[in-house]
Amino acid sequence: MEARVAEAPHDIRSIEAFLFLEAALLDERRYEEWLDLFTEDAHYWIPMERGQENPFDTVSLIYDDRMSMELRVRQFDTPNRHAQAVKTWTSHVIGNVMVAGEDQDGALIVTSNCHVLEAKGEALRNLGGRCTHRLLVRGGSYLIASKRFDLVNCDAPHDGFTVPI
Amino acid sequence: MNAHDIGDLVEATRVHRRVYADPDIFELEMERLFGRAWLFVGHESQVKAPGDFFTTFMGRQPVVVVRHQDGNVYVLNNRCGHRGTQVVGEAAGNADNFTCCYHGWMYRTDGSLRSVPLGQGYASDFDLDDPARGMVRVPRVDSYRGFLFASLAEDGPGLDDFLGYMTTSFDDMVDRAPDGELEVAGGIFKHTYDGNWKLVLENWCDGLHPNFVHISSVDTARGQSADTHTDGSGEIARRQMLQNGASLDFWENDCGLWTFPGGHCYIGDYHDDEKLVATRKDPEFAEYIGLLESAHGAERAEEILAVGRWNSNIYPNCSFMSQFRSLRIIHPIAPDRTQINVLLFKMKGAPEKMFLDTVRFANVTNGTGSPVLTDDLETYARISGGMESQGSDWIDVSRAMEQDQPFDHGGSHSPNGTSEIHIRNMFSAWREYMTDGGARG
Repeated sequence: MEARVAEAPHDIRSIEAFLFLEAALLDERRYEEWLDLFTEDAHYWIPMERGQENPFDTVSLIYDDRMSMELRVRQFDTPNRHAQAVKTWTSHVIGNVMVAGEDQDGALIVTSNCHVLEAKGEALRNLGGRCTHRLLVRGGSYLIASKRFDLVNCDAPHDGFTVPI
Repeated sequence: MNAHDIGDLVEATRVHRRVYADPDIFELEMERLFGRAWLFVGHESQVKAPGDFFTTFMGRQPVVVVRHQDGNVYVLNNRCGHRGTQVVGEAAGNADNFTCCYHGWMYRTDGSLRSVPLGQGYASDFDLDDPARGMVRVPRVDSYRGFLFASLAEDGPGLDDFLGYMTTSFDDMVDRAPDGELEVAGGIFKHTYDGNWKLVLENWCDGLHPNFVHISSVDTARGQSADTHTDGSGEIARRQMLQNGASLDFWENDCGLWTFPGGHCYIGDYHDDEKLVATRKDPEFAEYIGLLESAHGAERAEEILAVGRWNSNIYPNCSFMSQFRSLRIIHPIAPDRTQINVLLFKMKGAPEKMFLDTVRFANVTNGTGSPVLTDDLETYARISGGMESQGSDWIDVSRAMEQDQPFDHGGSHSPNGTSEIHIRNMFSAWREYMTDGGARG
């Protein structure tokens, strides 16, 4: 998808507020509401390789289509999600928010830097890198058509990921 | 610690917790087990052209796997003969020679020392051709149908003897390719967990744990609406998560375990048409079957697809499964810390969609963000925690022991897929390696 120059200036503060909202929902573990921020055919992708071209010919730390996203979120509500017997809590900091343009579907391409602290019991993990959101406007608010999170250490060995970041 | 002490840690029905938790035992494992057995190091397709190389570990020894100009694959200790610096810093690449960053010693890709700057400054009897001055070669390297193994021990059973009947598990995977060859592709997962290296081998042939460890992913998959949009990834995820919800009756009475000398094993009688039927209805799978039939005829193609093995473990360091063509390599780091690297394979001659499914399957079951794997990782961490307890020193491994039966090729069989026969078999091999130096059988 080629970005073309947007025809109107963007309200960067509104875009930031939306990204901060997404982060707040994740940090508060309000995953169902987080899912509601995405379109019905959205995908959520954390590539495993730097500059990974697609999630189909190479594996990913996470590649979820909409069904996989729902599976992931609904799993928190099951009574025996052992990996979350001790809950993971996150804290996101979003910065460097920029609008890169619009794609041919009219979605805004927004990039941001995102750092996440992940705490589970005594363990504390730092994750971070660059997020690329494709945002559509529906009924006056933003919806996420896709989210891509390029972690700075994507190709390092990792312990498991249980919560969306 | 003498052989008697070590031997006492393994009994017929139970093993002492020290085998999982004791740092001295771990060091001995690195020396006597990982230091002697044939270890899987990679696949020939990772080093296709002369000069192609990648780095990996044998136990904790850093090595370089490289295709030399003579066409052979060498496994070299990644260590300069001068002052011990790691010579190769990259994960993979192609090189005519390997040059040490410290003082410029240059090695050919068979590990021999080619040149040394200001060589006259070293000892007067300095010999470039002395193998000890080179990147010392791992003494034994061999391959079976493209799967590369190496051994740090100069002597011992050959690879074919070591693998024994488990060559049929490799055959199962390779024969599924219409062109009869596999190729590594799709990236390498690297995930770590807080647990002993032996735990994964036990888990991968454990038919009882899915109903308990994976219950949350099974329940989630059962409740998933089929109307939700999917590009195929979610559908594969849902299907694979459901498979862990097979009834206890299936695990106990339908599938079984086969074990062999040396600690190897596989779960068998696992696939049947009901599991494959979703794929068999898929037009791209039908295309794949057509290609297999063109290559081998309908009868042989059916025979190939009918082999119903799930995970096959090659003790001590790898496990693979043929239906989606993935292989996991075990890298021990510490008694309670392990890294697993996952290789995926493309089948030469098969439609692209088959590899697409390989990638999707890997994401959902082996991936760092897997809804399935993450509950296994949690379990391993709790095992490590439990091993600290002095409440009891013994780990019971006797489940379904009365159902153990002899099998051909020196092996044993349990008709009960929830048996711990594979654990008993691994510890039997473990004790041989750890006490009398690795005699097999």
